[in-house]
Amino acid sequence: MTDKNTGGDVRLSGISKSYGSFTAVHPLDLTVPQGSFFALLGASGCGKTTTLRMIAGLEDPSTGTVFLGDKDVTDLPPYKRPVNTVFQSYALFPHMDISENIAFGLRRRGIKSVKKQVDDMLELVQLGDKAHHKPHQLSGGQQQRVAVARALINHPQVLLLDEPLGALDLKLRRQMQLELKRIQTEVGITFVHVTHDQEEAMTMADQVAVMNGGRVEQLGAPADLYENPQTTFVANFLGTSNLIEAEVLETGADVLVTAGGGKLRIPGDRCTSAVRQGGKVLVGVRPEKISLAHADDAGTIADGRNRVTGRIVDSSFIGVSTQYVVNSPAGAELQVYEQNIERDTRLVPGAEVVLHWNPAHTFGLDAAQDIDAGVETVEDAS
Amino acid sequence: MRTMRWIRKNLVVIAGLLTLAYMILPNLVVMAFSFNKPKGRFNYSWQEFSLDAWKDPCGVADMCESLSLSLQLAAWATVGAVVLGTMIAFALVRYRFRARGAINSLIFLPMAMPEVVMAASLLTLFLNMGVELGFWTVLIAHIMFCLSFVVTAVKARVMSMDPRLEEAARDLYAGPTQTFLRVTLPIAAPGIAAGALLAFALSFDDFIITNFNAGSTVTFPMFVWGSAQRGTPVQINVIGTAMFVLAVLMVMAGQIITNRRKKTATA
Repeated sequence: MTDKNTGGDVRLSGISKSYGSFTAVHPLDLTVPQGSFFALLGASGCGKTTTLRMIAGLEDPSTGTVFLGDKDVTDLPPYKRPVNTVFQSYALFPHMDISENIAFGLRRRGIKSVKKQVDDMLELVQLGDKAHHKPHQLSGGQQQRVAVARALINHPQVLLLDEPLGALDLKLRRQMQLELKRIQTEVGITFVHVTHDQEEAMTMADQVAVMNGGRVEQLGAPADLYENPQTTFVANFLGTSNLIEAEVLETGADVLVTAGGGKLRIPGDRCTSAVRQGGKVLVGVRPEKISLAHADDAGTIADGRNRVTGRIVDSSFIGVSTQYVVNSPAGAELQVYEQNIERDTRLVPGAEVVLHWNPAHTFGLDAAQDIDAGVETVEDAS
Repeated sequence: MRTMRWIRKNLVVIAGLLTLAYMILPNLVVMAFSFNKPKGRFNYSWQEFSLDAWKDPCGVADMCESLSLSLQLAAWATVGAVVLGTMIAFALVRYRFRARGAINSLIFLPMAMPEVVMAASLLTLFLNMGVELGFWTVLIAHIMFCLSFVVTAVKARVMSMDPRLEEAARDLYAGPTQTFLRVTLPIAAPGIAAGALLAFALSFDDFIITNFNAGSTVTFPMFVWGSAQRGTPVQINVIGTAMFVLAVLMVMAGQIITNRRKKTATA
């Protein structure tokens, strides 16, 4: 308890994990700043939980080192690390009541008078009246809060959360996201949160590491990841992206490319790989950055904007916005989200349209990648 | 018509009561005849009510010695089988090792094999090894056949146990010993208790295997068998009744405790 809240960063240096010939986590370097809310985001089997378990000490890394502050904890067993975990299944002890569950960590460290701290914790998670209930008498959301309290009472340097909201229904999940964020701000402990839900990661975390196939694809603040994806996986996994395959015509401050007969501009510094004349590049733009004009109004579009012509194949009204699917020579099934401010009644399936957007909102990705990487398929969505 | 409807409505209760009667009746006969005062040496026909046997339960030569021996055997066999069986059950559920499948099926063998065969082969083994028959050979035999029942009971419990619970304990500063004592053992306890009860009952009333391997030692079942040839003292019924009543009381106490716990938990 002497090092309470003065721990410092979590640093993973070259840690990896293999099971036989299967590599769950490729050697990775990661620094989680002290006091931050950090999310490891990825689809199931991407190695995010294994990474978390290596920080907890529940899994031995095959290579590499785990640092808490300046201390190398790689060889410490879990019960000697100032780190606590909230498990996906909560793992509350079924034979103990709620207050005994919460007091477990303090008792194991030989602390005798735990009542005050347990009461404070119950207060923090708003379960004061449930102290003497057994875990099975609580709802999923309440059990989840007990699991958080049981870990937090120990004032760990780092709190690890393994898909803690996965078992809750959507409404409760939103509520618990805010709740967890509130608790984190209140106690100021470093949270490392594992999730497959990109919305959850973006709303809660200060920093997100997107993992794919045992590697960190990209690391950054949510807005930065969303606006500047470096790979097709990140572009597709975080929200939706329109990716158009194009050929480079000119390089420079602006890269001029051609796709389906039209010409598009990408700011040179937003291209992730070196572009050369005659080479290929993937042009990316988010659906909400695009404006839609009927072909008859093409003349009114300001100069200097990127344009793509096409035909609406589908539109769905979802209240705050309308989502259009547009087929064009440049690419099939382009997504466009239009705010419902002034609805143009001519924009119905079958209409000829022009998609236009500010070139500054365009990004260029290396064309050697799988264009559909990270696209959520029906089976993933569960 | 109305009686038919009544019967149909209460069929489950009637069937249940009939089954209960079928199981309880022999016990009631044993109980009744513990208050008998037989004329000859055999306690097979009702004569008159008497408390003689209850006042002097150890009045028959060697009977209480055999009873005490049987209780000791059952106690030690239970301890041995529970310790070994719990460890085997954990090993079989938690670890992957060579011959795990084979051991898993071999453990059932003592349950499936005819007792006479097992008794005879054990005797052959002991004789060939030159071991003197007596308390220890019987104890070894009892632990062996109780083991499979304990393993089965504990295994079922351990299999339904979430391994994350132990990870959570380790994560919350409990070392290996603390994790075992505070989390693993309490959660596995119902399975272990069920196995222990089974082991005690099986060991206490085993006759065949014991008879083969006891040498000159006489357990309670062997005493009853032996005396049945020459006459049955009423005291046998007294012991039987006492055991029955004790078992029923224990079950009732258990029920009351669980009910009370449930009540306080919901209060």
